[in-house]
Amino acid sequence: MKPELMKRMVKGPDGQEFEVEPLRDYYCEAAPTVMPAAYIKIVEDFFNWARSESIWILGFGTGCGAIEMRPLMTPRFDAYRYGVQWRPTPRQSNLFIISGYLSVKTLKRAIRSYEQMQSPKYVIGLGSCTINGGMYWDSYNTIKRLDDYLPVDLYIAGCMPRPEALLAGFMDMKKIIRAGNAEGANKYAENFDWYKANQKQVIHDWDMPDYNW
Amino acid sequence: MRELHQRLKSLFPLGELTEQRPDLGFVTVPAEYLRPLLLQLSDREGFTHLVLLTAVDWIEDGQFQLTYLLSNRGAARDLGVRVMIPRPANGLATMDGIHDIWPTAATYQRELREMFGIDFPGSPRVDEEFILEGWIDKPPYRRDFDTKKFSEENFNHRPGRETRDPEQYMKQQLYPDGK
Ligand code: SF4
Repeated sequence: MKPELMKRMVKGPDGQEFEVEPLRDYYCEAAPTVMPAAYIKIVEDFFNWARSESIWILGFGTGCGAIEMRPLMTPRFDAYRYGVQWRPTPRQSNLFIISGYLSVKTLKRAIRSYEQMQSPKYVIGLGSCTINGGMYWDSYNTIKRLDDYLPVDLYIAGCMPRPEALLAGFMDMKKIIRAGNAEGANKYAENFDWYKANQKQVIHDWDMPDYNW
Repeated sequence: MRELHQRLKSLFPLGELTEQRPDLGFVTVPAEYLRPLLLQLSDREGFTHLVLLTAVDWIEDGQFQLTYLLSNRGAARDLGVRVMIPRPANGLATMDGIHDIWPTAATYQRELREMFGIDFPGSPRVDEEFILEGWIDKPPYRRDFDTKKFSEENFNHRPGRETRDPEQYMKQQLYPDGK
């Protein structure tokens, strides 16, 4: 574990000594909980319609596929006209596009980012690398099945998929959300132990809290 | 390039000059002469820029080859200095660092330490993790590291992946009757 994460005594500016345990003091330890649907179906449907019309993407590119998101943000493909936009922080986003291969090191950051996003939240796996490893299938450093580590709602195949494929993917994502099937965050909460076990199996130096929103 | 080689040869036991291009050559030098040669090149011959430092694993010969690529901006030429060092089958190889001549070398040395297991004692932060985090196996750029095996043992695979020989497959697709 990194020294800055270890329990230690710290001297404040006023000369007082106090104990700091970063993993407990700075993060939340409570596991995520399942978010129940609204009290009546028509309301939940309305919520889902609203959610599907405001897809806010976390601007976090992980692999080569991230290149395809740039033309989408700019006038040529202009995803904004579909109510899709990119946000700079996990707190403001509800869609996480894993844009290609995830090295173990990036997986760690991706997990933290995902957990910091507000529910309901969705994950799209972009490119073959997220599906079965793609051309990095025998790499020593990349994961091969994204859905073992994060709940994926939709995969977009290709190496790399064109921006048009992403636009089609957004449309499919909207349908999934509207149908009420985008329950990734709840799935993550329900199978939290399974996901954590899978994550810890590949991340050998786990030096963060189990859940850190 | 030849004339530079001649000049250096009178000072150091250099190997043959391999000229890849008129402005790019490679020489080999015994490890103990590396430092004086690099100092001579940087201080007297105008090779002031370290372009890169990298390694090759000659596992059959039990050696690592280190390549120090230097550039002379004024004369627009590059010279690669090669050094062979022993490669222990397990554990670290060791070499003297050159981070005091070019501070940027420290970064390359950290990388070599992590990816090839070549130690440069005294190099800044050389023992810290560089690119990999929580690495558990032998250095992954060593040729006896089996990346496929490691990947199969460590990562879950999705079943159903097929591999085809592209030549045969295209032949079958385009000429199904075998003509
Ligand atoms: S699927 Fe292809 S384009 Fe996408 S990250 Fe993998 S190798 Fe790169």
